[in-house]
Amino acid sequence: MKLIEKHPILEYKHGRLVTFTFDGVPMQGYEGEPIAAALHANGVKVYRETPIRKQPRGFFCAIGKCSSCFMVVDGVPNVRTCITPLREGMKVETQRGKGIVKMDL
Amino acid sequence: MRETEVLVVGGGPAGLSAAIEAASFGAKVTLMDSDLALGGQLIKQTHKFFGSKNERAGTRGFKIAEELFKELKEREENIETFTNCTVTGYYKEDGVVSCVKGEDEYFHVKPKKIVMATGAQERIIPFPNNHLPGVYGAGAVQTLMNVYGVVPGERVLMVGAGNIGLIVSYQLMQAGVKVVGIVEAMNKIGGYWVHAAKVRRLGVPIYLRHTVKEAIGDRFVEGAVIQEIDEKFQPTGNEKKLDVDIICLAVGLTPTCELLWQAGCKMSFVPQLCGYVAQRDKNMRTSHPDIWVAGDAAGIEEASSAMVEGRIAGLGVVKALGYGAPEEIQGRLEEYHMRLADLRGGEVGAKIREGIALCSVESWEV
Ligand SMILES: Cc1cc2nc3c(=O)[nH]c(=O)nc-3n(C[C@H](O)[C@H](O)[C@H](O)COP(=O)(O)OP(=O)(O)OC[C@H]3O[C@@H](n4cnc5c(N)ncnc54)[C@H](O)[C@@H]3O)c2cc1C
Ligand code: FES
Repeated sequence: MKLIEKHPILEYKHGRLVTFTFDGVPMQGYEGEPIAAALHANGVKVYRETPIRKQPRGFFCAIGKCSSCFMVVDGVPNVRTCITPLREGMKVETQRGKGIVKMDL
Repeated sequence: MRETEVLVVGGGPAGLSAAIEAASFGAKVTLMDSDLALGGQLIKQTHKFFGSKNERAGTRGFKIAEELFKELKEREENIETFTNCTVTGYYKEDGVVSCVKGEDEYFHVKPKKIVMATGAQERIIPFPNNHLPGVYGAGAVQTLMNVYGVVPGERVLMVGAGNIGLIVSYQLMQAGVKVVGIVEAMNKIGGYWVHAAKVRRLGVPIYLRHTVKEAIGDRFVEGAVIQEIDEKFQPTGNEKKLDVDIICLAVGLTPTCELLWQAGCKMSFVPQLCGYVAQRDKNMRTSHPDIWVAGDAAGIEEASSAMVEGRIAGLGVVKALGYGAPEEIQGRLEEYHMRLADLRGGEVGAKIREGIALCSVESWEV
């Protein structure tokens, strides 16, 4: 993971190290920290593909305002991964297009 | 349905201050923030703040946040706090607010009064490939490195030489990341001289009258082309290719005011405050009798003034709810107004004073 090892001012307090998968590949990250931050630390920058032009999108605002970081998490599309906490065993996937919401009607 | 006396939307310095102040008079407060932690922009600031001593100048931003958290804790029996909880809508018909905890747990709250302290959103500028991952807002870069300790990239091009661009450049270097250069469209540095001197001393070139021509890359940023521009902002033909993997945008913020629009608050476009803002009276009440505004959401300024505005809004709310002795509230209000005037004094505060004059009303009761 690409983490800042030494900082002149800050001391980082990380949560528990947990395993999750990104498009099926197992990765590690800290529980309770944003999914997007964990992916970035693992070198993953592309989080979704736009519906029409299939352009890559990733992190942008980090405050849940821009929709750039939408991914499919545990089968749920359009999850704002910049403000959704990472949990053990999460299944994180690249979102292609608008995402399909499963409705139990 | 959940009910509360005061709903504070946003737990940055403005919202925290509003919640603390209102709770100190016994009001029952619900504080909601969409982020995973409270503190807003404040927890990302590692530098020592400028401003007046009264507002803790000389203290590092994240330390100021810790002081506010301590005050919040002392009032915890009156303040219920929700994080990772986004306020998504306001219904004018019945004053009900819709919220979502995480991504799928919806619920409603009916508050008597609301303080909107939603802060700001980053601006973006147009250039080819600006959609590529690796083009990040300055706030996002700060979140990655200062809150979560993640290395944002290897080599950064900073766009904008205002205070934010300069400070984040310095923070990147503190985190061990190389800043390849800073481009600034104007012919002078917008930020304070001390910040510019710090990054220059570390050998970072500041390219004045330059802008990003395009980002290079297929799936993510693999480089950037910068270009010189003339007085009319037209390209001169001088270009330079930079080997970077991050293009960090520090081109300004704009107030987050969607909920205020939804609530039908009277809004004004005020360039000095960086966008649309709610018209307000002296105590931060909007044209909607149950809604107050504070902090960057009321106009882009600073954490120091955001905290004082939050306190004023908190007092305005308790006054309207009938808590506290009127003389005590009046006394505190006068003190806070003096502190605000202090912060906005002199030449540096001129632009803010002008902006505020454009969206202030004497009183809504006339
Ligand atoms: C690099 C940098 C350096 C700075 N340096 C200084 C300095 O030296 N001195 C100084 O005084 N100021 C400084 N500032 C400015 C200061 O950080 C901001 O002005 C201040 O944080 C504004 O406070 P706020 O509470 O209004 O907004 P914010 O701190 O932005 O907080 C808003 C909060 O609202 C939440 N929110 C937004 N919408 C919703 C919603 N719908 N539902 C729930 N929650 C929501 C957000 O998650 C956020 O936590 C700096 C800023 C930056 C970026
Ligand atoms: S990065 Fe903007 S919503 Fe997540």
